[in-house]
Amino acid sequence: MRARHILHLLFREVGIGLALVLMAAAFSAFAPHFASMANLTNILTQISINTVISVGMTFVILLGGIDLSVGSVLALATIVGGLVITREGLPIGAAIVLSVLASTLVGCLCGLFNGVVCERWKIHSFIVTLGMLNIARGAALQISNSRTIFEFPDAFNAVGSATVVGVPVIFLIALGLVLLGRFVLARTVFGRMIYAIGNNEEAVRLSGHAPALYKVAAFTVCGGMVGLAAIMYMMRLNIASPILGVGFELNAIAAVVIGGTSMSGGKGSMVGTFLGASIMGVLNNGLLLLGMGDFARQMVTGLIIVVAVIVDKYRARALVHYAFTAAAARPAAERRAGAA
Amino acid sequence: MSEAGAAPPEAIMELRGTTKRFPGVLALDRVDLALRRGEVHVLVGQNGAGKSTLVKLLCGLYAPDEGEILLEGRPYAPRNALDALRAGIRVVYQEFNLLPYLSVAENVFFQRLPRRAGLVDFGKLHADAEALLREVGLDVSPGARVETLGVAQMQLLEIAKALSTRSRVLILDEPTATLTPPEIRRLFEIIARLKARGVTVLYISHRLQEVFEVGDRITVLRNGRKVETLEAARAEVPQIVRLMVGRELGSGYPFHPEVAAGDEILRAEDLRPRGAAHAASFAVRRGELVGVAGLVGSGRTEAMRALFGADPRTGGRILRDGREIAIRRPRDAVRHGICLLTEDRKAQGLILEMPCYANVTLTDLARVSRAGLLDGAAERSATRELVRELDIKTPSVDQLVGNLSGGNQQKVVLAKWLFRRAEVLICDEPTRGIDVGARFEIYELLWRLAAAGKGVVIVSSDLEELMGICHRILVFSNGRITADLPRAEFGQERILERAYQEYVHGRPGGEDPAAATAG
Repeated sequence: MRARHILHLLFREVGIGLALVLMAAAFSAFAPHFASMANLTNILTQISINTVISVGMTFVILLGGIDLSVGSVLALATIVGGLVITREGLPIGAAIVLSVLASTLVGCLCGLFNGVVCERWKIHSFIVTLGMLNIARGAALQISNSRTIFEFPDAFNAVGSATVVGVPVIFLIALGLVLLGRFVLARTVFGRMIYAIGNNEEAVRLSGHAPALYKVAAFTVCGGMVGLAAIMYMMRLNIASPILGVGFELNAIAAVVIGGTSMSGGKGSMVGTFLGASIMGVLNNGLLLLGMGDFARQMVTGLIIVVAVIVDKYRARALVHYAFTAAAARPAAERRAGAA
Repeated sequence: MSEAGAAPPEAIMELRGTTKRFPGVLALDRVDLALRRGEVHVLVGQNGAGKSTLVKLLCGLYAPDEGEILLEGRPYAPRNALDALRAGIRVVYQEFNLLPYLSVAENVFFQRLPRRAGLVDFGKLHADAEALLREVGLDVSPGARVETLGVAQMQLLEIAKALSTRSRVLILDEPTATLTPPEIRRLFEIIARLKARGVTVLYISHRLQEVFEVGDRITVLRNGRKVETLEAARAEVPQIVRLMVGRELGSGYPFHPEVAAGDEILRAEDLRPRGAAHAASFAVRRGELVGVAGLVGSGRTEAMRALFGADPRTGGRILRDGREIAIRRPRDAVRHGICLLTEDRKAQGLILEMPCYANVTLTDLARVSRAGLLDGAAERSATRELVRELDIKTPSVDQLVGNLSGGNQQKVVLAKWLFRRAEVLICDEPTRGIDVGARFEIYELLWRLAAAGKGVVIVSSDLEELMGICHRILVFSNGRITADLPRAEFGQERILERAYQEYVHGRPGGEDPAAATAG
C-alpha cells in the first residue's frame, strides 16, 4: 500500500515532468536554437518570476482560495522597493536590504489584508482579491505619480543577469523558494494544516483548530512571495513601474493548475507547480522560436491550460474509482470474514 | 377487513415483499403494504425503521432490490423523481425544495409555467397560484420572493406545490413539524378535502396524537419490517408505542457494574443552542456512560454541538470539574479536554483523502512536532499504537482513511480523540452504519475510557444500545430534557413515551414539562 501511495505520487508529478520532457524534446528537434545553452539560460530566467509567484499561489489554491491581486501587488511592491532603493543618502548595501524588506513587507501586508477580509466577513477570495487587484494598482500609480523608477545600484542590477555555471542566479533563488515551499508543505505543521483545511475545513475546525488563522497566514505568505518576486523582477528589468505585472495572476494560476493542484483545494504539490511554470515557459519560448506570432501563442497556451485540467480530471476520476471500489469491496470481505 | 396482504380491489398502490439493502444495513425487509384509494395511511416507526427508505422507493429515488410495487394493479418502477411525478405520486419532504429567489407563484408552478407565445403568462400564473394559496391558507402575495417567507409558510407552499398537479398519491413526510396548531387544523382540512376527491395520502409523523386525528389506518415499521397495519379507530397510543419498540430485548451489550461513577466532570446549565426554544441542563460524572435518547430533531445533537462550541448558543454555563469555563468555539472545548465525535463522520470527523496518521494526529499536532516541524516517525508510531489498541483494520497507517470501511473509519475518529487525551468524550451516533463486530469493540473502548475516569456521553437513536451500555439515560423531547433515568428505571416504553411527550401533549412553548434535570 505504501508502494502504491508512492507510485501514485510519482505518477502525479512524473506525469507532468514527462509532458515537460516530451515538449522540450519536440522543440529541440524542430525549433532552431531551442536547445542552445543561451536559450536554456533565457528560459530559466523567464520562468523565475512566475515560479516564485506560483509558489505563493499554491498555498492559496491548496486552501480552495484564489489570489487575483498578485500582478498588481507586484507592481506596488516594485514601486515601494524602487523608492527605497533610490533614496538619496543611503549606503548601497543598506538600500538594497531595506528595499528587499520593504517590498516583501508590502506584499505581506496586501496578503494579510486579503486574508483578514476573506475570513472576517466570510467573503470568497475571488471577490476580495479582485478588489485588491484594483487597490494595489491604484496605489502603485498614486505613489509613483504613474512614473517609472530607475537608476538602481549596479550591484543590484547585476544580480538580474548574473549566472553560476550558466544558471541564472534569479532562477536559483526561485528554485530555492520552490524547495522551501515544498519543505513547508510537506514537513511543517503549517503545511499539514493547509492540506487538511483544503480537504475538509469543517473537520479541522471540529478537531479543535482555528482554520481562519492558517488561511490568513497562507494569503500573507502568498503576498510575501509576490514581494520577493517584485525584487527579482526589478533586478531583471532594472526598473520599477506601476504598470508591471498585468495578467501575472493568470500565469500563476495556470502554472499551479497545470501542475496538478486542484482548484477546490486539498490536492497538489509545490514540485507540480514548478513543473507547471516550466511547461508554460518552455511552451512560450519554443513556439516563439518556431516563429509563431503572439496571438497564436496565446491561443495555444490557453488551450494547454484547458487540456491539462481535463487530463487531471481523468486521473482524479481513475483514483476516485479505485478508492470507491476498494472501499465498497472491503466491508463485504469483512462481513464474510465475520460470518465465517 | 384489516387485511392488507390480500390486496382488496380498491388498493391503488401496493408493495409486495419489497426489500432494500444498503451496505451493511437491511433498510426494508420484505415489506407488504397496500394503500387504498382515498385513505389516509399513516406510517410510524422509530428512527431508522425504514420510513424514509420506503418514501424514496415510491418516488423513484431508490429502486427496490427485491419485490415489486404495483400502481393500480400495474407494475410501477420509477427510474427517477420525474417518473414518479408523471405517475401522479407527489411528495412533500421534510426538507424544502424551494427556489428561494423566485416568487411564490413561480415555485408553485415551476414544473409547468403557463405560457403564451413562448413567454410566461404571469397573469394566469398569479391567478392560478392565488387560488391554490387560498386553498392551503397561505396568506402571502403570489409575487413575494420565497426567501422572505417563514418556515411554516414554506411548508404550506410545499403543500400548495404538491396540489398544483393532480396527484393520485400524496406523500407527506412530517408535514406538521414546523406548523402551529391553526395551521395544522387547516392542513387536516385540506387532507380531508383531498380524501373526498379520492386522493390517497401517505402520512408520516412522529406526533402520535395527530396520527389518530388524521389517519384511517396506521402501519408500524420496525427495523425495516412491517410490524402491523391497524385501523386508527381501534388503535391506541400505548399499543403503537409497544409495536414500534418491539418485544425482543437487547442482550449481550457490555455493561461493567464495577465501573462506578466518581466526581462530576462536566455540567451544563441552561444550555440553549441558538434558535432553540428551550434550555437544557445536565451533568456527567467521571467513569460514567450517559446515554442521550430522543427523536431525530429533538434537540439532542444541537445541545451537544452547542456544548462543544461547534454551533453558537444564546445562553447557559458550562462547568468542567466544578469550574466554569468559556467555550465559544471547538478549540476552547478541546483545550478543556471536551471532545465531540460528530454524527457525520465523513463530512465532519475525517479528512478522507488524507492518510490515517494525519487524521489521528490532527487533534494534537503539537505532540508530534517541534518548533513547527512535523516528526513523521513519531506520527506514525503513535498512530500505529492506536491502530493496535483499537484493532483498526488498515494495511498501513499511510492508507487513506477514505479507503477504510465504515467501522474502521469510526475507530479512526475515536483514535483522534484518544490521541488528544479526551477527558469528556461526547459521541453522536457512534455506531450508526457500523457492523455488529465493530460496534461491540467501540462499546468496550468507551468502557475502557470510563474505567480510566473519563466522562462519556453517547447520543444514539438505538434505544437498545443505550439501555445496554449506559449508566443513565437523558431523554430529549422537542428541545427539552424530559427524563433523566438511572439504569434501574430503564424501559423502552418509558423512554419512548418521554421522547414523544412534548410532541403528544404539549406544543412548543406549552405547559411545563415533567422534566427532570441531572443530579
